[in-house]
Amino acid sequence: MIELQNVTVGYGGKPVLREVSMAFPPGQVTVLLGPNGCGKSTLMKTALGLLPRQGGEILYDGVDLARLTARQVARKAAYLPQSREIPSITARRMVLHGRFPYLGYPRRYRAEDYETARKALEWAGAGDLADRPVGELSGGQRQKVYLAMALAQDTETIFMDEPTTYLDVRHQLEVMAVSRRLADMGRAVVLVLHDLSLALREADRLAVLSEGTLRQLGTPEEVFGSGELDRAFGVTVRRVPTESGWLYYCREKQESKETE
Amino acid sequence: MKNWRTSCIQKDNYLRIYAALAALVLAVSLLNLCLGAEKVPPAEVLRALTGGGSGTTAFRIVRYVRLPRLCACLLAGGALAASGAIIQGVLSNALAAPSTIGVNAGAGLTVALCCAIAPTAVKLVPLAAMAGAFLGVMTVLLIARRTGASKITLVLAGVAVSSIFSAGIDAVVTFVPEALNGYSDFRIGGFSGVSMARLLPALWPALLSFVLSLSLHNEMDVLLLGREQAQSLGLPAERLRIVLLGLAAVLAGSAVSVGGLVGFVGLIVPHIMRRLVGEESGPLLVSSVLGGAALLGGCDLLGRMLFAPYEIPVGIVMALAGGPFFIWLLQRRGRLHD
Repeated sequence: MIELQNVTVGYGGKPVLREVSMAFPPGQVTVLLGPNGCGKSTLMKTALGLLPRQGGEILYDGVDLARLTARQVARKAAYLPQSREIPSITARRMVLHGRFPYLGYPRRYRAEDYETARKALEWAGAGDLADRPVGELSGGQRQKVYLAMALAQDTETIFMDEPTTYLDVRHQLEVMAVSRRLADMGRAVVLVLHDLSLALREADRLAVLSEGTLRQLGTPEEVFGSGELDRAFGVTVRRVPTESGWLYYCREKQESKETE
Repeated sequence: MKNWRTSCIQKDNYLRIYAALAALVLAVSLLNLCLGAEKVPPAEVLRALTGGGSGTTAFRIVRYVRLPRLCACLLAGGALAASGAIIQGVLSNALAAPSTIGVNAGAGLTVALCCAIAPTAVKLVPLAAMAGAFLGVMTVLLIARRTGASKITLVLAGVAVSSIFSAGIDAVVTFVPEALNGYSDFRIGGFSGVSMARLLPALWPALLSFVLSLSLHNEMDVLLLGREQAQSLGLPAERLRIVLLGLAAVLAGSAVSVGGLVGFVGLIVPHIMRRLVGEESGPLLVSSVLGGAALLGGCDLLGRMLFAPYEIPVGIVMALAGGPFFIWLLQRRGRLHD
């Protein structure tokens, strides 16, 4: 399990987030929420060791991140960045590269790597895309291939930075369903999402990041009840009961709620 | 178009493409050995190559004139194309190539310096060229990074660095006019008068660095996924980038040390090959080497034959063919960005 203890992050100069303490427990979908520029992505990259931390401790199964090599980290945590290059290589090849951290030089993929990659593609519902160049796929198909790559990497924790952005609603729901299945397999899934209603409905735990720190960490029920989301985003979050659970929606800030 | 690309990316298709390109290289080679001011029939060429008929004119022409020149062409063409494929992949920049980002010019400057300072040290020339190529690529990288590493910055920095190095070459030749005497067409690139003695010291480093870069093809593929994705897969992206650019510099340097500043091969061949085999680094490297060798061999043949008995240096033929292609490429990219 990956744990952050009083972690301060930023790009040099003024910290973006101070003193964040939280863990990413296996079997749970943790969603990081917060307004633009609050440091969600920065926190994710720092937790992965892609950015230097400015303070605090990051522990991977109790071992400090600084004492692990990049390859050791890559066997414990997978990452789907928000922006990436789309080379024109086949989906199969792409997913195969998820096995990269397990090879030494010269890197030649073994039969079992091919098998893992094939299964991962099937699992992510992209088995029929194996021979297609990734550059020719639609956004939703591409996301499935990236999810398959993260799965092939076979890590306990999977970080995804805005995996649903730019996707149509069906593919958004599919990404969330895949996240849930990963969590059910015992993975720790960490997502950055911008869609509050999607996050409140699908997450096990929400972390609200705003004003330079972790404002709240809890179940959707707790976070909704505390009104912390309203403060962080400057909106009013409401919900109505439906036959399939709560339906959350956002409205412009209403002064009456403040005085309640 | 889509289906064609997709079906081309299958494995046995790679082999078919390699075979076709290799056949092309062979055909170009044979033509190069046969044709010229003195036509040598294929049977005599084969006899000369296997060591028979020594003493005849045909033997001397094939073994001491056409064969070294052909080998130099194939080596330079293959090395420049591979270098271009690596550089374009590592910098993820379609406009980058040994001739556009200061690699060739850097190598040219050190070759000129080396010839001016130590005219007899022929074996040092390839080393000097490789060092100069590496210096060139690192300078461009550093400038581009300082001024914001956008793709166009990199190319502009390359243009600037190239012209500084070119001015350096001119300065050296001005002060020591006989420095590049052994290279008849150094500035535009050409292979007349090349000898096996000049070829061999460049051949081994080029081969070695090609094999090394081929062994890193999976790493190159992972680099193509973007810096953050590569690092999160456990790849030391920055270090690998330097290593690969170093290998590309060795390849380009060895080409410059035998043929001078041949442009466009490293730029256009990887583009053509990407359309044939896709972007996977392994197949791209292999096909680029074959395609580059065939292209430069073919252009040299054209240069020798078109206006015989006059000879046009291969660099001019290359520029005439490569320039329009480059413009076409720019137009296509422009459309993509609309």
